[in-house]
Amino acid sequence: MSSARRFRLQVFRIAVFVVMGLFFLVPIGSMFEFSTRGNSATAPRNLDAWLNIVKTPELSEAIIASLELAVITTLAMLVLVLPTMVWVRLRFSGLSRVIEFICLIPLTVPAIALVVGMVPIYRWININVNDSILTLAFAYLILVLPYAYRALDAGLSAIDLKTLSEAARSLGAGWATVMLRVVMPNMSTAILNASLLSVALVLGEYTFANLLAYENLQVAIAYVGLVDAGTSIAVAVASLLFAFVLLLILSYLGRRQAPFAQAGAADYDLAQTVGLSGGVIGRAGR
Amino acid sequence: MTGSHGSEATRAGVEVRLEDLRRTYGTTTALDGLTLTLAPGELVALLGPSGCGKTTALRLLAGLEEANGGRVIIAGKDVTNVPANRRDIGMVFQAYSLFPHMTASQNVEFGLQLHRVDQDERRRRAREVLDLVGLAAHANKFAHQMSGGQQQRVALARALAIRPKVLLLDEPLSALDAKVRGRLRDEIRRVQLEVGITTLFVTHDQEEALAIADRVGVMQAGRLEQLGPPTEIYSRPTTPFVAEFVGLSNRMPGEVKFGGVEVRGTQLPLVQKDVPAGPAVALVRPEAVTIAGDGESASGPLVGTVIAVAFLGAVSRVTVDLGDITVLAQLPTSAAADHPAGSRVRLALRPDPVLVETKEATTASA
Repeated sequence: MSSARRFRLQVFRIAVFVVMGLFFLVPIGSMFEFSTRGNSATAPRNLDAWLNIVKTPELSEAIIASLELAVITTLAMLVLVLPTMVWVRLRFSGLSRVIEFICLIPLTVPAIALVVGMVPIYRWININVNDSILTLAFAYLILVLPYAYRALDAGLSAIDLKTLSEAARSLGAGWATVMLRVVMPNMSTAILNASLLSVALVLGEYTFANLLAYENLQVAIAYVGLVDAGTSIAVAVASLLFAFVLLLILSYLGRRQAPFAQAGAADYDLAQTVGLSGGVIGRAGR
Repeated sequence: MTGSHGSEATRAGVEVRLEDLRRTYGTTTALDGLTLTLAPGELVALLGPSGCGKTTALRLLAGLEEANGGRVIIAGKDVTNVPANRRDIGMVFQAYSLFPHMTASQNVEFGLQLHRVDQDERRRRAREVLDLVGLAAHANKFAHQMSGGQQQRVALARALAIRPKVLLLDEPLSALDAKVRGRLRDEIRRVQLEVGITTLFVTHDQEEALAIADRVGVMQAGRLEQLGPPTEIYSRPTTPFVAEFVGLSNRMPGEVKFGGVEVRGTQLPLVQKDVPAGPAVALVRPEAVTIAGDGESASGPLVGTVIAVAFLGAVSRVTVDLGDITVLAQLPTSAAADHPAGSRVRLALRPDPVLVETKEATTASA
């Protein structure tokens, strides 16, 4: 490649980077700017809105609840979906299309319709089991299913699951060892992607919690926004930054695994995650 | 190879018996009552076309699939219902099967860890088997840093490290290029002899099977057609399928009479007994066809025109058009050079015993 062409390419890269950076950072910067304004036009800037996140007990509780929900949903997703997908691929490959269809259904059903369907179930759960907000994890598990399925499916497609698991079995490994020591390490990027998507989705979820009368982070932001717009925006910026940091961690871990991962698959995973999580993060503010 | 593998070399193999093994997939019968015994320390190659059931047999022996009937007996113990991870079997797969997140050494140590071998012993044995396959210097490499041949050698080392009772090789060379395949084939045989492990080798490559095995089993449609030493399989095939699948055969029309078969004026002895007199097709090996001389001014049923000469190294294969059929003759390259394409030649058939297909047999098998 000639030096002039390399220079033009470099300029193009920088230009794209700057434009995309502005596209994302200007709104976040503006939100941050708004959240640090004083009570009047002449009042000095302050971090009261940010401090209110910790000082407002309802908000702190909602943040903790949402984080707990994110962890529970992610773990439940991994425990239920990953072994199921592995099992289907190894033993019932003819069912893979059916499983894919079932997993993708929540993507095609509007959240409001899902909630309407779940109201009687949750009414029963509230009366007979528990009325904790953590029971929302059940609904969220269904919500994250399509995204998690896609991420995990990409990871499973990138490895020769049958041969690797049979090799491990022939060496004396039980199924738990096959999963924990052979399958999971070889699709850690996909697992991270699926986990990130689950976390981002749960942290950004509003409709389910609001209609089922639970107060999670997004519902709390909406309530706080009615009386204190600054605090509400501060929480929104914080949740966006949290998701951004998660993405950075994912990219870093994805790169670290590059020496033994199939580069194409890893790139695909990451591109898919960024594309999908962009949508998820977008939903967080609605 | 160093002398550090004495413990491996002195271990005796065990007897493996497959008794009337059956496996069906829906309406398809993959294995139709396979019975096979591997003597201790013996290497048996199962050879056959795709779908003949050879890989199914190996997977049933490994415990990776369940049989619909029959028994698998290893060292006198019935393991038919024992899961794969408790059968004490080492296996090398057709596809590269090294765990990509582990180095060669870690791959080898994986099985030892599962067998609760302590760390020092694990490292010692990993070094030992990697040395055995000539890859001690590559112990810290990941799979993607090694060639296909090296990966398969590490896979062999990994399979041997746990000191299994039986070694199963599922077309381990088929993904490699021809030169590496030949080298690794010899290496597998050397290691197998050195370790003395009973081995079942599955392949569709006849050259591989004939070169490596103590005995070759030729399979077709889920059944064992013939089992015997490579020379016997090649030179004394007992069925037309084996004759045609192993090596090349010319199908030459003839007539069974006087206890032999007359092919274009030459009387050849028969392999089969009690073949009814009448028209038949004789299966004649190319090396049993020789060029008897110049055919420019000759005539007769074995005179024809050379239409192609294929150079195969020390030997060449000459295709001769006899008018109604074409015949392959295999002869030393120096002799084949005298008969370029277009020249007229007179063929002769060496009176080796041949198999014949009669019309009745063909009808019956159809």
